[in-house]
Amino acid sequence: MRAVPYESYLRTRRIPHIWCPGCGHGIVLKAMVRAIDQLGWKKDEIAMVSGIGCSGRAPGYVDFNTLHTTHGRAIAFATGLKLANPSLKVIVVTGDGDGIAIGGNHMIHAARRNLDLNVVLFNNFIYGMTGGQVSPTTPLGCSATTAPFGNYEHPFNIAELVAAAGGNFVARGTVYQPVELEKLLLKAFEKKGFSFVEAMSPCPTAYGRRNKLKGPVAMMVDLKERSVPLARAKNLAEPELEGKIVTGVLLDRDKEEYTEIYRKLTARLGGA
Amino acid sequence: METGKRPAPRLLTGNEAVAHAAIDAGARFFAGYPITPSSEIAETLSVLLPKAGGVFIQMEDEIAAMSAVIGAAIAGAKALTATSGPGFSLKQEAIGFACVTEVPCVIVNVMRGGPSTGLPTLPAQGDVMQARWGTHGDHPAVAVCPERVSEAYDLTLKAFDYSERLRTPVILLMDEVVGHVTEKAVLVPPDSATLPDLRKPVSPPEEYRPYRYSGQVPPPLVPFGQGYRYHVTGLLHDETGFPSNDTGNADRQVRWLMDKVERNRRLVTDFEAVDVEDAEVLLFAYGACARTAKAAMHMARSQGRKVGLFRPRTIWPFPYEELALAARNARVVVPVEMNLGQLSYEVSLAVCGKVPVKPLFKVGGEAVAPDELLTFIEGV
Repeated sequence: MRAVPYESYLRTRRIPHIWCPGCGHGIVLKAMVRAIDQLGWKKDEIAMVSGIGCSGRAPGYVDFNTLHTTHGRAIAFATGLKLANPSLKVIVVTGDGDGIAIGGNHMIHAARRNLDLNVVLFNNFIYGMTGGQVSPTTPLGCSATTAPFGNYEHPFNIAELVAAAGGNFVARGTVYQPVELEKLLLKAFEKKGFSFVEAMSPCPTAYGRRNKLKGPVAMMVDLKERSVPLARAKNLAEPELEGKIVTGVLLDRDKEEYTEIYRKLTARLGGA
Repeated sequence: METGKRPAPRLLTGNEAVAHAAIDAGARFFAGYPITPSSEIAETLSVLLPKAGGVFIQMEDEIAAMSAVIGAAIAGAKALTATSGPGFSLKQEAIGFACVTEVPCVIVNVMRGGPSTGLPTLPAQGDVMQARWGTHGDHPAVAVCPERVSEAYDLTLKAFDYSERLRTPVILLMDEVVGHVTEKAVLVPPDSATLPDLRKPVSPPEEYRPYRYSGQVPPPLVPFGQGYRYHVTGLLHDETGFPSNDTGNADRQVRWLMDKVERNRRLVTDFEAVDVEDAEVLLFAYGACARTAKAAMHMARSQGRKVGLFRPRTIWPFPYEELALAARNARVVVPVEMNLGQLSYEVSLAVCGKVPVKPLFKVGGEAVAPDELLTFIEGV
């Protein structure tokens, strides 16, 4: 693996972090830092924005311009930040509860606008920070503190939802495949327009131990066994894909980006 | 505009005046969501902002609009949103975020009557207390309230000024009468050369403390992207901006936030006192009710009744001492409000039981008429 000077990106005085042993969020953050390093982005030009939950703490640990907002609203704050200063590279970090339950409306509208945001959603299938309540991605039948008899709601397929809403780039990876995850993040960050990466990340504390995945290793094995690369998934019938995690680039296109369209408008009106 | 030359009067609504003032104050970002009776502010800014090189965006909801405004302010823009009661309710959590992160921004609330959807198209002053205590936790509040179109312009300018100086959200409370009435107004823009740049760093990045709990006003909020790489969070935080669970720090921070406005009362206190020296009956009114009060006062004076008016332009912080002084010779104080007495509580606090308070309230969506108030005055 390519050597990356992690310490220059980390706020080492803010560490140890709050994430539990076996949590995958550190792996996602590491893959993000590696992708940023490869792109050569300067720390001063990066803004990392998050909402509430375990994922929401990620920006506090990295030496960028960092903004930890209210629950579900990271994308809306990031929209203002990006529009007021389009030269900022804006990365939004969110979770399945933060990003697609309370923040779902902002997610689909940001995708629709195709604003140049880079959204990374840490999907751990549960509300981790509040102690394991059912989330919009908790699989049907799985247990949660607010689904003690098994979840009786169907989960979202987040990546497909975002791809349908608009945007230029949608991908899904897991922390079991960190090299691939880094590549997906690199493509997402490079892409102009709205890009979205769903990163599957285990939560042994709040999810695994309630769902017969007793420990981080069992959760990693589960991610490995459930992952199917997109190329292979295309040859599988729908019943065979039940419960699987399809990984890879799900959407990659070049619709005109929001700030570009707006810049043309202001130029036409003489306001630029 | 050339200095010393008075601009020609214009005919426009209060909502339009707010939009023009925002541009003249240097605001270059608006995020909003359609809501009666404030929508003309968004409509006017959708014309003015792109022409001025600024950003206009209609967001997917009220919460998103407030959040985007704060994000834009952190990027360095003077930013505003406009709404009415239900939208103001939705924005409250984000307003609290702006309070605790000390991000300057302006929220215009063209009030309606509530609760809930209430009376969208009729005049009311339903959100006076929501402007003070709408968001959870102890927090500072600055709110201004114009009575006419030209003042809607002036107070919008002031709202931006207070907000930038104190690094806190400022609320412009209007009512439907002031928002929608079309009247003559002379709009005097500020001299842009004298507008201070309150975002300019005063210390190098390594010494920058975005949340220093000392001094008259907070240090500048340096825009993201200028090499200062600090952290902004809605969690209680230390002076570097990083979260802190230290109870002593939390106590200091919340007190600092509240004291920040108290310490700067002289900057933000703004009121009008008309014929209060000999007034036996002191009217207390703001917004459209102050127009009624002035008309009734004029009629009463012509009948030989000694009636005066105290009118706060800045509602929060409330001008307790100034009102007490104005009421010291009065026999009775008469608050006039288009709600069931939201500010009358504060009036009672200000006069401390030394003067009886006999209010006139209206909540049916009709403005108080001058003769109605005159009759009331005759009865007190």
